[in-house]
Amino acid sequence: MQTNQPVHVAAPGPNRREILGGLGLGLGGLALGDLGRPEARAPLGGAATQGPRAPHHRPRARAVIQLFMAGAPSQLDLFDPKPTLTELEGQPLPPSILGDQRYAFIQRDAGVLGSRFDFARHGDSGVVLGSPLAPLGRVADRLCVIRSMHTDQFNHAPAQLLMNTGFGQPGRPSMGSWAVYGLGSESRDLPAYVVMSTGSGLSGGSALWSSGFMPSRFTGVRFRNGKEPILNVATPAGFEGPVQQRTFDLVGQLNRLRSEVVGDPEIDSRIAAFETAARLQVAAPELTDLQSEGAATLALYGCDPDKPSFARACLLARRLVERGVRFVTIFHEGWDAHSDVEGTTVRNCNATAQASAALVEDLARRGMLDDTLVVWGGEFGRTPMVETNPALGRKLGRDHHPQAFTMWLAGGGIRAGQSIGATDDFGFHITEDPIHVYDLQATILHLLGFDHERLTFRSAGRDYRLTDVHGGVVQRLLA
Amino acid sequence: MTLRAQAPRSIDLQQVRGVLSEHCFACHGPDGAGREADLRLDRPLDEDRADELRRRILSEDPELRMPPPAAFPEGLAVGDREALVAWLDAGHPLAEHWSFVPPSRPALPSVGASGSAHPVDRFVDEALATAGLVPEPVADRFALARRASLDLVGLPCAPEVADALAAATRTDAFERFLDRLLAAPGYAERQARHWLDLARYADTNGYEKDRPRSIWPYRDWVIRAFDADLPYDRFVVEQLAGDLLPDATVDQHIATGFHRNTMLNEEGGIDPREFRYHAVADRVATTGAVFLGLTLGCAQCHSHKFDPVSQTEYFGLWAFLNNADEPDLELPDPAADQRDAARHAAALEELDRLDQQWPSDAEPFEQRFAGWFDRQVAAAVGWRTARPVELQSEQLRLVVEPDGAVFASGDTTKHDVYRLRFAASEVPVGALRFEALPDPRLPGNGPGTSYFEGPKGAFFLTELQVRGGGRDWSLAGFAVSNAKPADGAAVAQREVVFDGDLQTGWADEGRRGERSVAVALLREPIPAGTAFELELHFGRHYPSSLGRFRIATAATASPEAATDLDDELVAALADPVRRWSEEVRTGLRRVFLLGHAPEIGKQAEALRGRLRRSGRTTTLVFRERPADHPRPTHRHHRGEYGQPRELVEPQVPSALHAWPEGQPRDRLGFARWLVADDDPLFDRVVVNRVWARLFGHGLVRTPDDFGVMGQRPTHPELLDWLAIEFRHRGRSLKELHRLLMTSAAYQRRAETADATRAADPDNRWLARAERPRLEGEVIRDAALQAAGMLSPRRFGPPVRPPQPDGITEIAFGRPKWNAGEGEDRRRRSLYTFQKRTAPYALFQTFDAPSGEACMVRRDRSNTPLQALSLLNDPQMLEIARGFGARLHGVCRAQGVMEAVTEGFRSLLTRPPEAREREALVVFLEAQREHYTNDPEAVRAALGEGADPDSEAAAWTALARALLALDEAVSRS
Repeated sequence: MQTNQPVHVAAPGPNRREILGGLGLGLGGLALGDLGRPEARAPLGGAATQGPRAPHHRPRARAVIQLFMAGAPSQLDLFDPKPTLTELEGQPLPPSILGDQRYAFIQRDAGVLGSRFDFARHGDSGVVLGSPLAPLGRVADRLCVIRSMHTDQFNHAPAQLLMNTGFGQPGRPSMGSWAVYGLGSESRDLPAYVVMSTGSGLSGGSALWSSGFMPSRFTGVRFRNGKEPILNVATPAGFEGPVQQRTFDLVGQLNRLRSEVVGDPEIDSRIAAFETAARLQVAAPELTDLQSEGAATLALYGCDPDKPSFARACLLARRLVERGVRFVTIFHEGWDAHSDVEGTTVRNCNATAQASAALVEDLARRGMLDDTLVVWGGEFGRTPMVETNPALGRKLGRDHHPQAFTMWLAGGGIRAGQSIGATDDFGFHITEDPIHVYDLQATILHLLGFDHERLTFRSAGRDYRLTDVHGGVVQRLLA
Repeated sequence: MTLRAQAPRSIDLQQVRGVLSEHCFACHGPDGAGREADLRLDRPLDEDRADELRRRILSEDPELRMPPPAAFPEGLAVGDREALVAWLDAGHPLAEHWSFVPPSRPALPSVGASGSAHPVDRFVDEALATAGLVPEPVADRFALARRASLDLVGLPCAPEVADALAAATRTDAFERFLDRLLAAPGYAERQARHWLDLARYADTNGYEKDRPRSIWPYRDWVIRAFDADLPYDRFVVEQLAGDLLPDATVDQHIATGFHRNTMLNEEGGIDPREFRYHAVADRVATTGAVFLGLTLGCAQCHSHKFDPVSQTEYFGLWAFLNNADEPDLELPDPAADQRDAARHAAALEELDRLDQQWPSDAEPFEQRFAGWFDRQVAAAVGWRTARPVELQSEQLRLVVEPDGAVFASGDTTKHDVYRLRFAASEVPVGALRFEALPDPRLPGNGPGTSYFEGPKGAFFLTELQVRGGGRDWSLAGFAVSNAKPADGAAVAQREVVFDGDLQTGWADEGRRGERSVAVALLREPIPAGTAFELELHFGRHYPSSLGRFRIATAATASPEAATDLDDELVAALADPVRRWSEEVRTGLRRVFLLGHAPEIGKQAEALRGRLRRSGRTTTLVFRERPADHPRPTHRHHRGEYGQPRELVEPQVPSALHAWPEGQPRDRLGFARWLVADDDPLFDRVVVNRVWARLFGHGLVRTPDDFGVMGQRPTHPELLDWLAIEFRHRGRSLKELHRLLMTSAAYQRRAETADATRAADPDNRWLARAERPRLEGEVIRDAALQAAGMLSPRRFGPPVRPPQPDGITEIAFGRPKWNAGEGEDRRRRSLYTFQKRTAPYALFQTFDAPSGEACMVRRDRSNTPLQALSLLNDPQMLEIARGFGARLHGVCRAQGVMEAVTEGFRSLLTRPPEAREREALVVFLEAQREHYTNDPEAVRAALGEGADPDSEAAAWTALARALLALDEAVSRS
């Protein structure tokens, strides 16, 4: 039986405004990326058009905020307490557990390392969190913690790519691209898919938010951390005000004259693009004026509006989603604790925990959490064994661990207040409810209204999916 | 036999083929693994099966109906069903896919509506007539000049050149114009950029670390190849297998960089072989897309669902591309050799006078040297070179060379083990000497052997085991000559190679590219007459095996024997007579001063640097493996690296043309198979790609997929005619350009009435010209040229023009983008440093590829971010300032009108219409007034260092607006 047939949208058929209008989804994929240019017609073979899809079922989430903890946080120090590791500290893992796993930086006989942190239960649901993540406790009952995530990739770049694009090498569309491809955007002035990065440099690079083989309008638009997050949105000094206004006017005027002569609709698209750009120049300062949030909200996030930070990015993410942005990813790279897992964890939690909690709380109190999905996690986990390497100046670290790690979800149709999955006494293998990256991706698409097996894009003669040929929706995660 | 001869005219076999592949092949196609009901619809059908098929497609019963309603809820379109039934009624002749049938030269249709006798026009006119469309007339000369200039050299046509063309009365004026463009240096740069998209060229390695690489000589080779109009088949053969050509030139080696543009993962935890596997997969996929127009990648995991390529055949292609080593090639540089020789000689002279700088407060030089000399004499050992009689390593090929050294080649891993067996020695063996030897064949001159990860030349011996006579011989000490300065003058003794800890060992210690020596002392000697075996473990978080080394034995030695004195000197020292010769003394003085006298360590280190050979430009190449050390290729189950199955021999898909008689079954033979005259795809694919660049779309609109799932050609006969014509004209790309661009179809105007446009919105029938948006690189180059800023310099290492802050900082290691100075800011865009994980912002905004995968066709998006970039990007601003200053100058010399026209025309070629010029002048006046009243804005607008002239600011504002016009970023 065929399972991955293309989604057929009658072509040429109604235009996308009509399709999306009919679904109450507003404008599709049109902001920044796309301004109503005529879609390519179906290929001669009669295959699918490549415009936004109709959702397969009613979406539970209309937006996603992904807090990507790049570098991979230590689940053993934050979510998955293992007294056995403390008990047996310094002793090697039993070979029955270790199997034939090999590591880049640690010996097979490396001793296990107990967590240096206390764990406590939070909220009515009793979600367990390590002390550096205690600030997250205030939203414990809104979280769904998955302690049984696993991945196929052992290294940062491939694992980050897998989590974000469903494939271990660059070239595939990212999750945000799929979301916008499927649902379009609700904002006329802002990009549908925004990416920020607040930590150190990213292993996966810009392929993490690329549209891959999809049209480039589905690529994430990067916001920088400084005062002017959108690239080139500020008019250069000396050209502001009337100079810029007259420039827009002149360019529009001459483009219109040309359009009259040539009759090419691409010119009209460009005129519209310049109009949007002008609106964006106006909208951007309002968007990024975080002072307008008021002291209480700033304090909730722990955000200094004038200083680049993860907190600032979280607050900006809420404002973006409020304004109709479909998918926001905040990368926070810096969790790669090959050495000093204790200090690395504390530092990163100090930078991110309060703001992550604040984001969930803020979304909730504004009534946005119901249809905004928040996804927190890294690309894999960290080993129960210690990493020590005098030659590289490393001690008390943990190496990469694809076999088991922890993520949490909130909002957007997720069943809150539960912890799913379990690992063995060493935290090495999953013992209950394994959830693969593909399963998570299938579930995220499900919440956005799509059957991951039917949301396809044809490239090079093949209908591609985010989940390749894998994955299944995890019903237990759903509210 | 042609298709038409087989089929009755009323059946469109290609339509049938399309319906079958779209709806049926997934379960009833070439892939045996997923096949249902043992039914193949890409092969001849027997009557029973044909009858059943007819029943099934006509059935209303969802249990019976085909295609199955679960997969195709809407069922077959009526026309498709009718076509299938008609096909079955007609005896279901086998519908061979069009592109697998070799092209045959069709007869030229008669002259059509355009009145042009040009062969291209005859085909196009015929199709237009069928579609009931009337072609637009030829565009005016200004539009043509701009179009042809942008297409061929990627720069706008200068106004005076266009004027000359417009005024020319000769009938062949446009042809002569084309000839000049084809001969211009910019032609090769423009065409090279197209090719680099296919070659997935970049200046960094990709993945996490994404470190810089040197492969720009390949980019320059591509430019030179287009300059020389290298016939396309030679162009391809040299890139795929230049190293295997008889008497291959350096250039032909450089050309093999095509498939070295794959990415390289240098992350600590990786298995390098896994990422080499991914790189080969990329090579096969790219080969398919670029030369065959086939989506071969589909057959990596299972036999192709639609095209006749089995998984075994896929890995058969892989085998051709999987048998090369992947070294850096050092480019010959006689001038640098001469400079080195001169510097070397001068440094030696200085070395011989270095004792004059001996510090006065130290022990006097002569005394100190004498003491050291005596110690060397005492430590001198008569080493006997030991040649292994048996060598073993999992992946590497170990060969004993004439001087007794072992040379390693092949694939290193992060933990290589060498096992070396030695015949019994006539004397006891109490000490072993290891010489790590430099060698120009090795990366960074050695002694390490890994090209692809970690510092080039690095090695790391972690463990050493000695066995013989049925027992282990444990070590008492291990001394090295290349201890770090921190270890002091004394020879450092290490337990690092026999402590059982793989994280410690003997490393290159910063002496890469030089000889280092270690001596292992045994607790008790291996008695004479006992054969022995050494086991050497190498590696850390990057591969670091020794590439060249020699082993010698002695009955006994002291730790001081681990010395970097060369063997001649050691032998002379061991000789009571020779040791006093002047020659030996000079040599020893040099060694002492250079590396054993901390008293003048600083000066010695500087001299050491000057004695070292200077760096050379290198480039990444293929080098076929030696015949006795081929790399085996396996079929991989599900296409996964970790699931190798049976061995696969190099082979080509049986559905394609035959292997050429007498060609070797290697990469060269494969390249010759690809370019063979009976290849049905090779010429069609390239002709289609060139067509697509000139006409906005290919005749086949899926230029990377000529397979069953790709689109069928809009003008199949024209495509075949062009493919054959191209071959007959010696596969000259310049000729092909000339042929296509002299057609009326190419020269049509873009202007068209709405009704005509609505009749063919996608312009399949070519009644008008397309107005493709220009690539980001062309937009920047055109702007630089109009501003009079474009540097004419060609070739050389990549440069960094300005771009907004914070672009590259997002990548691993947060690298800074330090923009270049002077001319480097104004070079043509194809020389811009291409970082894969953080591409140059302006180009990326305009859909340039990242170099992470082959890109056959760029997207042509039209976005607000592009609007913002054109107006506000720092590079565009810098150009606008230069452009404004130039126009300001024209204004002073010739007046406002002249300057406005000059600005307009430098960018857009055509003269402005009166209303356009008027709008520009009004704009200029308004900005002029604004700036006159705002000196602060003038200073800001013109930037630091410029004379704050309000006039210049107004012209800069005008230039900035011109650069943002739709027409400035579109081909006319």
